[in-house]
Amino acid sequence: MNLERRTFLKLATLSLLALAAKPAFDLLARPEIARALGLSPENRKRLAMVVDLKACTADTGCTDCIAACHKVHNVPDIGSRKEEIKWIREASYDQAFPEQENKFVKEAIRDRNVLLLCNHCDNPPCVRVCPTQATWRREDGIVMMDYHRCIGCRYCMAACPYGSRSFNWRDPRPYIKDIDLSYPERTRGVVEKCNFCDERLAEGKPPACVEACKSGALTFGEMMPGTDVYGLVSTNYTVRRKPELGTQPQVYYLV
Amino acid sequence: MYDKGKIIGGLAVFLCLATFPVWYIAASGKADYRSDPVLPASDNTCVESTQYMKEYHMQLLQQWRDSAVRNGVSTYVASDNTTYDISLTGTCLKCHSNKSEFCDRCHNYTGVAPNCWNCHNIPPQPNMSLRGTP
Repeated sequence: MNLERRTFLKLATLSLLALAAKPAFDLLARPEIARALGLSPENRKRLAMVVDLKACTADTGCTDCIAACHKVHNVPDIGSRKEEIKWIREASYDQAFPEQENKFVKEAIRDRNVLLLCNHCDNPPCVRVCPTQATWRREDGIVMMDYHRCIGCRYCMAACPYGSRSFNWRDPRPYIKDIDLSYPERTRGVVEKCNFCDERLAEGKPPACVEACKSGALTFGEMMPGTDVYGLVSTNYTVRRKPELGTQPQVYYLV
Repeated sequence: MYDKGKIIGGLAVFLCLATFPVWYIAASGKADYRSDPVLPASDNTCVESTQYMKEYHMQLLQQWRDSAVRNGVSTYVASDNTTYDISLTGTCLKCHSNKSEFCDRCHNYTGVAPNCWNCHNIPPQPNMSLRGTP
């Protein structure tokens, strides 16, 4: 066949690149190389929370964390199950971990109430679907809400697999028992959820629920070697809610 | 033209009626009305100059909102190099705490109803809800 020099050179270069692609990919996949290049997720600052179900005293009727959170953030108490707004709540073990299909669960946790809140996922579906980017994932891992931009379409509520978000069906102000004047509340028609107390974190304080918990069941911090949360997660077996969905939630439960 | 008198007369009456708002306001002295917001008693200066605030306070607030909520930057450096904490309740409303005597004076006259107070609280005033409504 009549092959020009230029055509031959082009074919040769493309073949070389194609053959080199797999070895290059395998090289980058090696964890030590990825870490050195800063591509590894361990290098990213990521805030996380660990809930110790054995230490939590929710079964004795304790709602300190819920009361603290809802007071500090002016969360209204609507009173009806249909319209209630909750940033942090309790549920039974079956409701919290429906994918655990063991019929015979460790008795110590089988009948306990589990504390649920926004998981601030690494791969949040609610952020993906928001049409106005009123919710977005901040660099430090917190999934933030901008109530000014929220149009109340509730697409994020449909996308969240954990039920962490609540919609304001009515004007919340008459339902706030003890208003905290230094923090705004939300208006009718926006979706709200836990924000890991980012306004308290900006002042160097821990989240309200972590501070209010008297039994030390809640631990909060960056998931980096040396912190309390990292220590708990690397020395104990933890479960997360619905891990098969790939959302990478950042609330770990010690069972 | 036919019926010249009636046409000219009718036109004159129509013009008087059509321009009624303009000459009535000018003649009755209502054009001199200026809204008088009550400035706060403390002698601190505002974030920017009065003239700038009159024209751009809404743009400044929106810039503050985007900066604090979306970008996470909660300090603002004013044009005279003073640093302020970006907070509607904490910085602005701390001095301009009486909504009906300050904010509403101009807003009512111009027919503007910003919805900031649906969420942000004003410091408690007697006979007024936290939304600034009586």
